[in-house]
Amino acid sequence: MRFWRKVACVLLVLVIGASLAANWIAPAGYAKQYRDAIDAAPSRTHWLGTDEVGRDRFARVLYGTRISLLLAPAAALLSTLMAAFIGGLAGYLGGAWARMAMAVTDLFMSLPWLFLLITARALMPLNVSPLVSVLVTFLLLGLLGWTAAARVLCTTAGSLRTSDFVRQARAAGLPRQRLFWIHVVPNLKPVLYAQFWISIPVFILSEANLGILGLGVAEPMPSWGSLLKELEGLVSVGEEPWKFVPLILLVVVVTSFQVLLSRQEEVAA
Amino acid sequence: MMRHRKNLKQFVNPCRKAVAVTVLCLGSLLGQALAQGGGPLKFCLRSEPKTFDPLKVEDDASGVIRYLTGGVLIRVNRQTQELEPGLAMSWKVSKDGRQISFRLRSGISFSDGTPFSAQDVAYTIQQLMDPSLHSPTGDAFRSGAGSVETKVISASQISIRFPASVAGLDRLFDQVAILSEHSPKKEMAVLGPFMVVEYKPGSSILLKRNPNYWKTDEQGRRLPYLDSIQLDIQPNRDVEMLRFKRGELDLINSLDSEYFDKLAATSPQLVHDAGPSLDSEQLWFNQVAKSPIPDYKKNWFRSADFRRAISEAINRDDLSRVVFHGHAQPAVGPFSPANKFWFNSKLKPLAYSPDAALKELQAEGFRMENGTLKDKDGNEVVFSIITNSGNKIRERMAVLIQDDLQKIGIHVNVVTLDFPSLIERMTQTFDYEAIVLGLTNVDLDPDGEMNVWLSSSENHQWNPQQKVPETAWEAEIDRLMRAQASSSDAKKRKEAFDRVQEIVVEQQPFIFLINKNSLSAVSTNVRGAAPVILSPQTFWNAEWLTVSGK
Repeated sequence: MRFWRKVACVLLVLVIGASLAANWIAPAGYAKQYRDAIDAAPSRTHWLGTDEVGRDRFARVLYGTRISLLLAPAAALLSTLMAAFIGGLAGYLGGAWARMAMAVTDLFMSLPWLFLLITARALMPLNVSPLVSVLVTFLLLGLLGWTAAARVLCTTAGSLRTSDFVRQARAAGLPRQRLFWIHVVPNLKPVLYAQFWISIPVFILSEANLGILGLGVAEPMPSWGSLLKELEGLVSVGEEPWKFVPLILLVVVVTSFQVLLSRQEEVAA
Repeated sequence: MMRHRKNLKQFVNPCRKAVAVTVLCLGSLLGQALAQGGGPLKFCLRSEPKTFDPLKVEDDASGVIRYLTGGVLIRVNRQTQELEPGLAMSWKVSKDGRQISFRLRSGISFSDGTPFSAQDVAYTIQQLMDPSLHSPTGDAFRSGAGSVETKVISASQISIRFPASVAGLDRLFDQVAILSEHSPKKEMAVLGPFMVVEYKPGSSILLKRNPNYWKTDEQGRRLPYLDSIQLDIQPNRDVEMLRFKRGELDLINSLDSEYFDKLAATSPQLVHDAGPSLDSEQLWFNQVAKSPIPDYKKNWFRSADFRRAISEAINRDDLSRVVFHGHAQPAVGPFSPANKFWFNSKLKPLAYSPDAALKELQAEGFRMENGTLKDKDGNEVVFSIITNSGNKIRERMAVLIQDDLQKIGIHVNVVTLDFPSLIERMTQTFDYEAIVLGLTNVDLDPDGEMNVWLSSSENHQWNPQQKVPETAWEAEIDRLMRAQASSSDAKKRKEAFDRVQEIVVEQQPFIFLINKNSLSAVSTNVRGAAPVILSPQTFWNAEWLTVSGK
């Protein structure tokens, strides 16, 4: 396992390092259009070929990685914290609190988000710079993505509340607040980590889908989501395997984080 | 035949006999098929037809059914773009353009055997012009207040008088499928080459050969050659393409350039590029006075010099080459060169020249500061272009335009919206700055575009429903469009519409970008196919097609 952790660590350092060094590795940038080389295969000048308007795919992958690696985890962190606060606390307090929190969660889950997002788009100004569009997109994802995780955490916290060690601690006179932070939160960590890592690829793909509503990362800025959209025409992509690079990168990054996370869990245990 | 069987018994073993009999049967079937020249044709409709009533057609799928099943008095030949006799052997339009007289073919029956006469034509016209029917086809004939009079002179002669002159009157009859007045089957009794025999909602429509179709070939054989046409309802283009590649479909009526190139790479004999179509893609700016955009931006958008500079800064050749893979031509104006008669051939596409564009803008008081264009009041020239999400072609066009305009210091934000939101902004709230969208032209005659060019029209997209024309050039277009619509003199009409095209090129209310080529795919099993630019591109001559190898 130690070997795989080292591999994961190296891979993450490489990916994050390359994305941060994108300005030097791909100085032409993600928006430059090589109009005489559209949809080109990999070559010395374009390592991953070019996209349908002639932009260097390697540069777009590097810049897209930077955006997605920074913002998808940030959105996942926001949604996980909200889930931990609402679900964890509701489960720990139990009774009417839990019922009320879960009722709010269910109500939130039952809202027609597609239509609400369309309304949100309608309320937003059209002239939004690509950078602002990125921030708004991931903020929305973070604010909306906590509900399913909150239910899981509520159930887990509920079972912790009635577990023997918590009862013993309570019988020993440990204050409720200290009990929550010392005994409940550490035991929620594996679930929180799992929810966090699950959310990252979900948010990356959600960002790509939000583009349909005009809410995704705006052109010409790349993101993993917009790069993954190239895989829509699966019939033809089989002939162009280099288009799978963003997908492979996504799998590698998420897996590496999870391998490292297992180490964290062991330490926590 | 008996003697032949005895010979078989004598010379072949039972296994060989079975093979031989099978071969004989197949040979016999093939011979029969070739003798009839028929076969089933199979292709896809991209949506469910909304109606089988030919007078109520307003969607493409229903239009296909009408084309294949409807008998019309006059047919526009999709290849030559000329008029040809249909159920009418001859016709005559009066000098004032208000009356048309037809001499009809005799001895013709509907698909159910009901005889056809001038009474059916009169009945169809009455139905068509009934205001309660709200027929989109009928709307084209409404030129003035008053009722349409039909006069049945004999079983094979009829004249129709309209309250006012109707421009391109005879051409409009290409869309009017004649109904039977007396048939109990009503609109399902048809005079066209095929008739609907089965409809499975959401799945397919089966058309069979109309045994009473009036047309014959040179050898006197009754058309159509095809036995049947199966139309599968399939909105997914990937699935349609996959099925065509597998040989499950005989044709794809309309392909986009990406699919075209992929198919051409493996099977060049299957794809057809018929050249520029009538369809165009264009960019326009919001010029609505009450729109909720800043006044300084309205001033830019309402300036013809600004619009012309933007037009000059867009590289149309690159749009054609990069986005359409060369299967499109830089657009000139409202009509494509494919419209042989009405296109103003004196007009040429604006040359790509960012330098000239910048000079024009500087003459208007714009100035470049640190790579950013600013107007005379110091406002940065930034605007958004919206287009419908999911349309890769338009998204790519917008990205290319964004890059082109960046070169003259204009920053463009590309926003893709779902179609209903886009339409709402375009027609209700006017909360947009620029739009990239397309126009699908099915009508060769400019009269079909009255709703676009009249300033009072709802579809006068850049500034719709004006009570009085807000600019002199829009007033001039209104006058010219009305003049051509009220004249029956083709030369005068052409002169008027030529001038309209010139004004549009001068003023650039629509910045016409490209005219897409008409791309299609036809299986080599289909004989007689000659794809054209007019709809329906591949099966316009369906009565003459045959399918072999099935």
